[in-house]
Amino acid sequence: MKRWGEKLVELILMVSGTVSIVAVILMTVFLFREASGLIGHSAVEDDMCVAVNRKNVVDKISAQELRQIFDKEVTKWSALGQTIKSEDEDSILLFRVDDIVQYYNEEQLGDSLQYVPKLVSALIDSLPGILAFIPEKYISDEFKGRKINVAPLSTREFIFGISWLPTAKPAAQFGVWPLILGTLWVSLIAILIALPVGISCAIYLSELADWRWRKIFKPLIDLLAGIPSVVYGFFGLVVIVPMIQNTFGLPVGETALAGSIVLAIMALPTIISIAEDALRSAPQAMKEASYALGANRWQTIYKVVLPYSLSGIAAAAILGIGRAIGETMAVLMVTGNAAVVPHSILEPVRTIPATIAAELGEAPQGGQHYKALFLLAVILFIITFVLNLTVDIISRRRNANKN
Amino acid sequence: MAKHCIEAKNLNLFYGDFHALKDINIQIEKNTVAAFIGPSGCGKSSFLRVFNRMNDLIPSARISGIARVEGVDIYSKSANIVELRRNVGMVFQKPNPFPQSIFGNVAYGLKVNGNYSKNQMSEIVEKSLKQAALWDEVKDKLNQSAFSLSGGQQQRLCIARALAVQPEVILMDEPASALDPISTAKIEELIYELKKNYTIVIVTHNMQQAGRVSDYTAFFYLGNLIEFGLTTEVFTNPKEERTQNYITGRFG
Repeated sequence: MKRWGEKLVELILMVSGTVSIVAVILMTVFLFREASGLIGHSAVEDDMCVAVNRKNVVDKISAQELRQIFDKEVTKWSALGQTIKSEDEDSILLFRVDDIVQYYNEEQLGDSLQYVPKLVSALIDSLPGILAFIPEKYISDEFKGRKINVAPLSTREFIFGISWLPTAKPAAQFGVWPLILGTLWVSLIAILIALPVGISCAIYLSELADWRWRKIFKPLIDLLAGIPSVVYGFFGLVVIVPMIQNTFGLPVGETALAGSIVLAIMALPTIISIAEDALRSAPQAMKEASYALGANRWQTIYKVVLPYSLSGIAAAAILGIGRAIGETMAVLMVTGNAAVVPHSILEPVRTIPATIAAELGEAPQGGQHYKALFLLAVILFIITFVLNLTVDIISRRRNANKN
Repeated sequence: MAKHCIEAKNLNLFYGDFHALKDINIQIEKNTVAAFIGPSGCGKSSFLRVFNRMNDLIPSARISGIARVEGVDIYSKSANIVELRRNVGMVFQKPNPFPQSIFGNVAYGLKVNGNYSKNQMSEIVEKSLKQAALWDEVKDKLNQSAFSLSGGQQQRLCIARALAVQPEVILMDEPASALDPISTAKIEELIYELKKNYTIVIVTHNMQQAGRVSDYTAFFYLGNLIEFGLTTEVFTNPKEERTQNYITGRFG
């Protein structure tokens, strides 16, 4: 009877362990699968295409050039590096399928628009400088224009592209550089604020504070780690954002700095708690040995306790950074969410998690925008994965050191 | 000046309400080895720690009476704790090197206590390691972590560390209890050597060890100093029955 009971417990433990491992692996696979297919794929929606006059020598155009043309930033074919002889052919004439009513009346288009493909074809043939953005279905067999390829999104363009316009027509812009920079800036400054404060606080609690204070403070700090991030965001929005706006005389207070301060406050409990544990792991006998050699309290902390717990403190710092990088809600609420490359900490920025949270609801499933957001998640995953790996290596080295 | 290097008069120690040491009177001569023996919790370690004021680290500890080292009242208001601790080295039960290099460990006391040139420091480190009979084993790896040494080597390193600040007295709190017999023999040999230049007080659970290394033995029981005298006397002809019982293994 007892043997069966033991076997049953063993089985339950094995099943639950296997299930959770499989779940984690599946989640990672899902993340990567959803993100795949964006890189190397044209930025233009599948059922649309770009066409030019037959005489035009351009045969390839990038998504960014397409946007510049649509925004009227580029109006000459020669600006795209093409050599075109006549003035007439050089200026770009932008044509969307809706514009056809400017050239033909309803009668010519037919009752059920059955003549549109032919007319589009004729129009493209007659205008040498034309750049037409038309649905694929209007391209008939006797199409007189020439379809040109829109350059697929490259990894380099994705990571280092500076414009994030995921819903732009005709070609969406997926440059995540501003988002990566925004994430790194906000997290880095947060950690620059949180680390000195957190470590000082940990030293105070572990070495200097009266044990009665420690008994009150330590649980309180652990409690702070459990406050929902939206509450921190609310606090940041109501207190820190106006404070920054007034102090620096800014038009808006929602800046990278506001995000950093809120994140620093959020990361503090983690950093303090772990660093304090690390500091307290320094053996009493080691401290006594230092005192016994005539060292005072500061010399003991500085020369014995800190070196002994350095790797633990490093782990605290990296976990704090990890928390800061992954944090979504509070940052979304206070950083202003402008997807531009930041030039100072007093400008609005947008972080990767905030982008995902804000945009996923509007991105059609399976679409390019959706895939781009998942690819962002993959980038975030890789950053935090590397950070956790670093913690692991550090703590392993630390354990090896002590034995 | 004083013939008695270590001296206690009517010394009482309390941890909160607990009366850990009761009216202790003792005088230990210079350049001798005194062993403190007694069952666990008898106060021998607490008494040892009176003489470098280690009990100061325990917030609830209170002390009354007089304790002198080299004639200086170490609990008077004018006493300089740093000076005292330089003068009274300590070796602990478990080897507790600092997370530094071997050199850094021995030089630690010099670094925290004043300005020494690099050359002076190297000289003192070498001398201390030689005194602790460790020099030959570590002279080629002074920059390696102290944790790379074996337990016995670490303990001798801790002794070298205590010797480096050139103390008068060395307190040893069960220095060999965590070591194997060979390392223990080395430590005991070392104590015998060090006696020439230092006054040593050693707390030990090991009666044979007390018999081997000490000139004087003090037997503590329940916070009282029961008997103190020449080791040969205490071990062969104890005045008190409790001492006799403890030494012969009837309790403890």
